[in-house]
Order: sequence, then C-alpha cells, then structure tokens
Amino acid sequence: MANLAMREAYGRALAEYGAVHPKVVALDVDTASSTLSSFFEKRFPDRFFNFGIAEPCMIDAAVGLALAGMVPFANAFAALASLRALEQVRTCVCYASTNVKIASSYAGVSDFKDGPTHHAISDIAIMRSLPEMTVIVPADGNEAATFVPLIAEFDGPVYFRLNRAATLPVSSSGEALSIGKGIVRRQGKDLTIVACGSMTGRSMQAGDALASKEVQARVIEMHTIKPLDVELILQAADDTGAIVTAEEHTVIGGLGSAVAEALAVRPVPLYRVGIKDTFARTGPDPESIMDAYSMGVSDIVNAAISLIVRKKS
Amino acid sequence: MMKNFDNELITDLKAQANYLRRQSLTMIYRRQAGHPGGCLSAADIVAALYFKVLRIDPKRPDWEDRDRFILSKGHASALLYSALARRGYFAESDLEHWGELSCQLQGHPDRLKTPGVDMTSGILGHGIAIGLGLSLGARLQKRDYHTYVLLGDGECQGGIVWEGANACAKFNPGNLTAIVDYNDVQLDGAVHDIMPMEPFADKWRSFRWEVISIDGHDMIQILSALEEAVSITRRPVVIIARTVKGKGVSFMENKAQWHGIPPDKEQYSAAMAELSGEGS
Repeated sequence: MANLAMREAYGRALAEYGAVHPKVVALDVDTASSTLSSFFEKRFPDRFFNFGIAEPCMIDAAVGLALAGMVPFANAFAALASLRALEQVRTCVCYASTNVKIASSYAGVSDFKDGPTHHAISDIAIMRSLPEMTVIVPADGNEAATFVPLIAEFDGPVYFRLNRAATLPVSSSGEALSIGKGIVRRQGKDLTIVACGSMTGRSMQAGDALASKEVQARVIEMHTIKPLDVELILQAADDTGAIVTAEEHTVIGGLGSAVAEALAVRPVPLYRVGIKDTFARTGPDPESIMDAYSMGVSDIVNAAISLIVRKKS
Repeated sequence: MMKNFDNELITDLKAQANYLRRQSLTMIYRRQAGHPGGCLSAADIVAALYFKVLRIDPKRPDWEDRDRFILSKGHASALLYSALARRGYFAESDLEHWGELSCQLQGHPDRLKTPGVDMTSGILGHGIAIGLGLSLGARLQKRDYHTYVLLGDGECQGGIVWEGANACAKFNPGNLTAIVDYNDVQLDGAVHDIMPMEPFADKWRSFRWEVISIDGHDMIQILSALEEAVSITRRPVVIIARTVKGKGVSFMENKAQWHGIPPDKEQYSAAMAELSGEGS
C-alpha cells in the first residue's frame, strides 16, 4: 500500500471494516472531512452521526451507543477529545468502562497550520493517567489501518492517536500487530531508542545516522503506551544499558515518562526526546515544527551520543 | 389529557413512593451521608417508573430488551437503590451497607457494581446525551425498549444538557423521554437565585422538544404524562415535573440545607413520624 496520510488510511480502514461489521458506528463533530470518518459516512449514512461542534455530547452519545451494544468510533481533533471532552471520557467511558473507541486525529503538532490551540501535546499524558484506558499510537498509515479491526474487537475503552498527514513509513503491509506488544524495528547493542508515532520513523533515521558513527542503536516501536510492554523495555535496559525515548508530545507524562516509570525498578541512563515544557508555534509543516521544538532526528542522535558518553563515564 | 387510572393502582403507587421516601431517609440517616432533599422530591416519579411503567425484569438485569433508566441526577442514589431493592434486584438488607468499602452500592450509581443500574452517574449533565446514544442504538438494532432520563433542574444549568437536547432534536430517536425533577432548590440555595432557569419550558421548546408540564407529586398526572410521552414520536419529549425539595418532611421542604446533609437522630425520628402511614 502506498504511504497514505495516517487519517486517510484510518478512514478507509474504518469504512472497510464497517462493511462487514454492522455494529460499528462512527460519530464526528463537524470534522468528518478532516478526520476522514467521511469515508464511513458515505458508505453507511445510517450508522454515522455528526454532532456538530460538541465533543462532550459526542462522547456521551458514544457511551450510550456502546451501552446499547454498538461499537462506536468517536472521531475528533485530539486537542478537543482529550481536553474539552475529558470529563466525559473519565467518568462515562473509563469509570463506567464503556466500549468506546476515541479516534483522536490531528495529534501532536500535525495540525501545523492551526497552531498551538490545535496541537495536542498533552493527550498521551492525560489519557494514560485514566484507569481502564488503553492508549495506542500508530507509527504510520499502514499501522493506523491495521489497528482498526484490533481496536474494534478489543473489549474496552481505547484512545487511538492519529496524525493528520503521512509519517515516515516503518511498517510493512500485512505486518501483524498486537495491542500491548512493542516491536523491535532495528537491532542494536549500544543503546535503545523507544519511540512512538511519527517519531518512530525519525528514530529509524537516527539509528542510521548513529550507525555511521559506529553506534549500534536498537529501535523499539512502542505503539501501545498503555498497557506498556514493560518486559521489552527492561530487556532493552539489560541488553543495551541506556535508553532514549522519542515522541511527538511533551516530555511530561507521555511515552518518556511511562518508560521512566518502568525503569524505576532497574535504572539506566535515560533521555526523553519530545517537546520541552512549552507550547510550539504555527509552522509551514509538521516536520519543521518538530525540528524547531527538539523533536528532530538530530535531537535523537545527540541524546543517544550523550548517553553513550554517560555510560562510559 | 388526563386518563382514568385504577384507584387501587394509584393508592399502591403512593404507598410505594412513601416507602421509597422512608427507605431513602433511613439509608441517609444510617450512613450519615447522602442527599435527602432530591430523593424526597423525585420519589413519586421514581415510584411510578419502577412500580408501573418500566418494562424490566429484576431477575434479568442485563435483559437486552428492558427499558433503560438513567438517573442523571445521580445524587439521588438512595432513592434509586431503594427502588431497585424493593423490586428485588438485590436484598433490602444490602441497603444497610451502603457506602461501606466492600458494598456494591457506591455513593453515586455505578452500573458495573450494582445490578439494575443502567448507567453510572454522579457528575451531572450526562444523562440526555447518553440516553440519546442508547436510543439510537435501540433504533439501529430494531429493539423497542424505551429510555427514560431523570434530571434535576439545577443540573440543567450545565451546557452539556443543552448539547444533548439539541442533538436529540436533530436525531429524534422517538424512544427517549426526559423528566426534570424541578424542585427549584440546589446546594447553595434556590435555583431561581443561584442561576435562574426560567423560562424553563420555553428553553426546551426552543430546542424543539415537546414539553409536558405536571405536578410531580400527583400520581395520576405522572402516569398520564409518562404514557403521553411514549406516544409522541414527532419530537423528543420532556416532562417538567414541578416538585417540592424535601417533599413529605415539613422541616426539609424547600430548604437548600437539606440538599446534601443527613438528619440527626431527633430529626430522623420526626421525619419518619411524618412519613408514617401507607407504605410504611
């Protein structure tokens, strides 16, 4: 499959899955032509509900549909799904443990044009803190599509974090994915880079750059932030003795924090690559914002080298 | 349109309402926590639903075709628990353990822990939009159950209620009834002082709802309204039930301080004496 924009791969996959699963319904908040839940809407207008610009209402209605035995995919911009509708998510999705799938589009800084109001850089931290919630961050369009059936068939709340555009591809078509199981994308013994989402492809590039400096980096894609594949992380800590995390998210509370929590029982040098504790800015494309806000390939490479130095000292 | 109801039915439902008032107060007194005012105001409505209107089977709390009831004003949990126990979802003796760490009865209703609770509630405002989702699900699955949502008037100060109301008018599932327990008292004082909701019925009408206004303590009016509501499918229906907060206990009536504090021993005895008689 071509390297589709993550939202397009997701939208097409949802419509395709819906064709053979009549219990799947989709909800949106006047963003169907952005999240691309519109693919589902066109094929199944009776199972598509547009709530207008009212994210809390959409989440509550999704809860009701789940109570009725449907499998609702609630689509919204990540900034709004994780913030404006948060109380609904906490109380009615997580605490009541309803089978709602939150497809959270335009995550990270992928809504580059609209600026920090529309960036979602805290959503992983927020969602990860909620009991009952599973948090999944695919790395590319192919994975976004592959996860749709897995999430639909998973029993319980899921936060599915999607980017607007295409990211660097890392997966191959037909590759099996398993919720809660990280993937070793590159072998290495000198240190490990644990990445999610768009930073997975950047971490692979960092791995190449490091190899040219005689540093063999292992790259783990951690698509499921919660529940975290702790075993794979501890194995990497044992094998390589240093870990860099990389995410399109603030360094507070996201993948880096989750990995730090896991490493608390077996500490090794750790560096968290992500946006520092600040808001980004509007930019011409996501990549330049990421480069400007400490999420560049060079940031990963420099972090890795600093850890190698620490390991040796 | 007022219908004739069997006298015996009305007498029985009034007795059930009185029982629910006594049991709710007893639970709140025993636990020394809970919300007496809003339990007493909604007791007649809940009695009508649980002892006449709802198509439910306590032996099958997960029956897919059961009518659904969402207590959106979840703080009246003692009232709901009293009704569920009385209907046989669990033993009435379980009510004595309300609030204990191992008890299935939480401070606010929890669908996962308590048989018969259709939806978790407590944070106000969610009932309408969740009820809409349930109703749409019923329609998609061609099931004929009805969903009832009971709200407080203070609860309607929150925007999510109106997001839900607006969406109900658009999707008009035709199998959803909202009931507002309009007692005009909330935690900090009178609703008309804290944040006035009038013209309340006009607000609902402007959101394209059908409004049925009743005296929420008149059992015949309650039953008539519930029947009429189910028969109307062209628009979503809200029953605005004018009630008295603390109804049935003279010193609690219309008093904000009885929103969320329990009676002491003397007050409890006095209240139970006032609520003696039928159903006691």
